[in-house]
Amino acid sequence: GLLSKQHLMDVRLRELPAWLATCDFSPQGLLGGVQRAWISYYNKYINVKRGGPAGISMLLASYCLLSYGWNYQHIKGQRWRKYH
Amino acid sequence: MLSRLVLRAAPAALRSLPPPLAVGVLHATRALHTTQQPLAPLPPLPEKGGEVRHGLIPEELFKFLYPKTGVTGPYMLGTGLVLYLLSKEIYVINHETVAAICILSVIIYGVKKYGAAVAAFADKLNEEKVAVALAVKNKAIQTLETAIEEEKKEQWRVEGRGYLFDAKRNNVAMLLESNYRERLLLVYNEVKKRLDYQVAMQLLRRQKEQEHMIQWVEKNVVQSITPQQQKESIAKCILDLKALSKSAQAAV
Repeated sequence: GLLSKQHLMDVRLRELPAWLATCDFSPQGLLGGVQRAWISYYNKYINVKRGGPAGISMLLASYCLLSYGWNYQHIKGQRWRKYH
Repeated sequence: MLSRLVLRAAPAALRSLPPPLAVGVLHATRALHTTQQPLAPLPPLPEKGGEVRHGLIPEELFKFLYPKTGVTGPYMLGTGLVLYLLSKEIYVINHETVAAICILSVIIYGVKKYGAAVAAFADKLNEEKVAVALAVKNKAIQTLETAIEEEKKEQWRVEGRGYLFDAKRNNVAMLLESNYRERLLLVYNEVKKRLDYQVAMQLLRRQKEQEHMIQWVEKNVVQSITPQQQKESIAKCILDLKALSKSAQAAV
């Protein structure tokens, strides 16, 4: 009960498995987790009076990284050397 | 400053999001508000967003690494990571890298040059919206205040109701009084007329009786004077006149 109320950032490393056990991994639970994460990000970086480029640039950067990761198998063919 | 434009377009963007995501976001907002403080008045938006360095890396990372590695820690971490990715070719340099470099340079140049102007423009738009809402609120408050004053004035006027009714009562009493006096005068005049008539009748009767009596006496006297008496009276008159003339001559 007490462990699940904490955010991920406040959980100590040794308590991580216990915290993961209290997580809700049903579809609704996952969706709720995604919603909460989005809401916290939105309220911290975008929903402010005087924002800057940071809010969307972080979203775009993470999008770039994600799409690079998804296409990595295809990009591996364009490497310059075969052995690293 | 881009986020400000996004914020202005947020409701429209929310509508354009796929329905489950938009509904999910709305539902999450509703759940948050019911668990926290009541709906109105809403707390104002925070002035600035979370600190982000170079536009990409949140400040929390730097704070997290500062006790162990000091100020240059995160930069060393970044450099090491980049070199590792490049050397192991986890990040492959190809045509996309060149495209990314060109796009990024253009974007950064645009942001650095026109960021402040766009931010000021978005701020102005926001301020206009807020000013309109504030004007509406102030107007509503003013109308309500004038309504309150009018109401108080009406209440003060109600207190004068007593005077109004007193004046009306006085008016009615005066009307009644004047009407009564008019009728009194009328009665008086009528009675006087009738009495005058009776008096005039009596006077007339007496006058007629007197005249008639005088005439009758004269007529009888004239009738009673016979011719014999007339001669005797005339002779007596002549004798008297002679006596008088004698006494008058004697006096002279």
